[in-house]
Amino acid sequence: MDVDRAPLGRLQLAAAAAIPIAFLAIFFVYPLATIVGRGLAESGSSTFATGETLRIAWFTTWQAALSTALTLAVGLPLAWVVGRFAFRGRSLVLALVLVPFVLPTLVVATAFVAVLPGRLDRSVPAILLAHAFFNVAVVVRVVGGYWAGLGRTTEAAATVLGAGPWRRLREVTLPQLAPALAAASALTFLFSFTSFGVVVVLGGPRIATLETEIYSQAARLFDLRTAAVLSLVQLGAVAAIVVVASRLEGRLLGGRSSETARRVLRRPRGRERWLVGSVLGSSAVLLGLPLAALIRRSLSTPTGIGLDHYRVLRRETSILLVTPLEAAANSLLFATLATGLALAVGGLLALALARLRPGWLDALVLLPLGGSAVMLGFGFVIAFDEPPLELRGSALLVPVAQALVAAPFVFRIVAPAIRSVRVELREAAALLGGSPLRVRREIDLPLVARALGGAAGFAFAIALGEFGATIFVAQADRPTLPVAIFRFLGRPGAENQGSAAALAVVLALLAAAAALVAERAGGRRSPL
Amino acid sequence: MRLRAEELVVGFDGTAALAGASLDVAAGETLALLGPSGCGKSTLLRAIAGLQRLDGGRVLLDGRDLGGTPPHRRGIGLMFQEHALFPHRDVAGNVGFGLRMAGTPRAEIARSVVELLGLVGLDGMGKRSVETLSGGEQQRVALARALAPGPPVLLLDEPLGSLDRPLHDRLLDELGEVFRRLQQTVLYVTHDVAEAFALGDRVAVMRAGRIVQTATPNELWSRPANGWVARFLGLANVEPLGESVRITRPEAIGVERSPAGEATVIRAERSGAVVTLTLRDSAGRELEAVVAGVNVPAPGDRVALRIDPAGVVFVPAGD
Repeated sequence: MDVDRAPLGRLQLAAAAAIPIAFLAIFFVYPLATIVGRGLAESGSSTFATGETLRIAWFTTWQAALSTALTLAVGLPLAWVVGRFAFRGRSLVLALVLVPFVLPTLVVATAFVAVLPGRLDRSVPAILLAHAFFNVAVVVRVVGGYWAGLGRTTEAAATVLGAGPWRRLREVTLPQLAPALAAASALTFLFSFTSFGVVVVLGGPRIATLETEIYSQAARLFDLRTAAVLSLVQLGAVAAIVVVASRLEGRLLGGRSSETARRVLRRPRGRERWLVGSVLGSSAVLLGLPLAALIRRSLSTPTGIGLDHYRVLRRETSILLVTPLEAAANSLLFATLATGLALAVGGLLALALARLRPGWLDALVLLPLGGSAVMLGFGFVIAFDEPPLELRGSALLVPVAQALVAAPFVFRIVAPAIRSVRVELREAAALLGGSPLRVRREIDLPLVARALGGAAGFAFAIALGEFGATIFVAQADRPTLPVAIFRFLGRPGAENQGSAAALAVVLALLAAAAALVAERAGGRRSPL
Repeated sequence: MRLRAEELVVGFDGTAALAGASLDVAAGETLALLGPSGCGKSTLLRAIAGLQRLDGGRVLLDGRDLGGTPPHRRGIGLMFQEHALFPHRDVAGNVGFGLRMAGTPRAEIARSVVELLGLVGLDGMGKRSVETLSGGEQQRVALARALAPGPPVLLLDEPLGSLDRPLHDRLLDELGEVFRRLQQTVLYVTHDVAEAFALGDRVAVMRAGRIVQTATPNELWSRPANGWVARFLGLANVEPLGESVRITRPEAIGVERSPAGEATVIRAERSGAVVTLTLRDSAGRELEAVVAGVNVPAPGDRVALRIDPAGVVFVPAGD
């Protein structure tokens, strides 16, 4: 007679889990298994030298490490500001900082091409800077949020006991922040390790990470064996990082409490006002500069400022086969389908797994998230190229791939929302006369609906910007906006660069709008 | 309605949370269920409400066995310890929830909500979000919500647990007032002796999954079932004597200043009108006595004791 401890009974739970599990089995496990099988079979016969693989793997690792260090350097001051102080526009800062994170990688890459001087725009520093720009949100939201939950009492106690500002920072604050710093670093490292759009554009032809090399071997040189072998290395590395990252993230649970946060935050006083102001100002410049440069390039024509580059939207070119406007329409259509799929897969999975303790499970869900979109695209190409599932050329592969990339974000937003529906609320509703079905409709559904709305927005933004997998499966005559930008960027000449910038601005606006709407709708629930 | 719980048994992982607990609450009576934390009070409440599966025993409402009746059809209201207000509904939405479940017409719900908010002193707050309410206001909304569908039996699980002292005392008075006015059958769970004595027509004392004693506050105070109950209620001067204990009620000890007296005052603590004296007699045993007024003995004074035999009881040790 007990009231259900979870929103669903056992049978319903199994039914709810069956759909996403079947979907993941066909479109995630099967392609990956195909890669692994191919990789193991070919590992002896590949013509690609082992030394070359090692060299690329090493570069991938250290650029990710440096990117992480740079991201921390840029993000920590801002994390301090939002984690310690209440000021007007604080929630706006938290929302805006998310914009670079949801910006499509191709937009970020195009923006850095625009902002950096000609000799630097295809170099390792360019890659590191772009990664820092992209991942600042991770540091600010994970560390800042955790910081806000820490409280000031321990620092006050240290001050009373005679510790100066530096000792306080070193011996009290930093050790307490360690879990959040570790988790944010691990996530940033993971995202930088598997970054594709940024590296393939800013790396130029000579700089390669595992991710871009898989793409080059498979899509440019048609050496599927080498691509499969490289994928094995990438898969192993990513699995290891994901396990570490999710362990570190798991330790954060319970450390955050918005209730105490409200009391901890206070207005900056005296010298702090200068510090807070200058951190906010310099962060705005650092994060705003690339975007400003992108907009400037999209507007600059041989005859001064103008909308010339935006006219390319309606023009058919040999580079694209269709007009960029049609590419934008493709993007919107695919992203809509992908959002529906991602909500179904991620939402049902969250529903089915909500009663399990968060922990190793979240690692499993993080896997596709960090698990290299390029590998997914490559897996689609070789797995669905032959019976039993010959789907080559099907336009539907694009939204399916995008949904797989977006679904983990949906899970990470919806699962906590489901877990936060306390058992007592269901019990209270039952004792007020609500039948089990009624309780689900009146309590669970409305409480999770807001999170679902937020998840939809994020999924849409991610699907819009998805590039690594899409580039493999998009048909030549049905490109998406990121694919279009990539093609324009690959051609020389100010005209093509300007067109890429204009398209990037359009894509950025679409993605940022979706993400900001999501942030509002989701009641501040976001994947970070 | 009369609520009976007969020999309820609930086991968790091999240990018994309820080991044959029995209760009988008369129609319109308020029974306070008192016990230390972890004694099974909340489990007993949840079992009666149908939120906890029974391993033995039965729950009867006016003689009807509730076994097999799901919680939402039992007609039992429960006010939760942490209130469990629905965060996505405003105050009126919370209070009217039970009536809506019962299919009450909308106009009637609106009328009842206004009436109930008046009863708990929250007039005109129906449109407020429950997340903006103070702890005391939330507690009142929870009470109004539990009362709204007019359940014949109302259970309350330490509803004043998390409130600060002044608010706690004020709401305690108001709760008593509401119970008297509505003539509802009430089972009130608490670990606070003062709360139980203030609200309960009778008090059931619970220990380790069993009800040890059920009596009026006066009976409990004058004749606790055993030494454990006496100590739990906060009675002083509970002295072990072999298999039993001797309890000397502090107010039954007459104290008079006398240089030749057999006892010395060690401590004197004033609490309002009365002063509690800690005394040591010539045999070295310590006693507490209560005296009133302002001209009272001070620490160091020698005093003579006169113990009223009516204030001394012998009960089983109970441990």
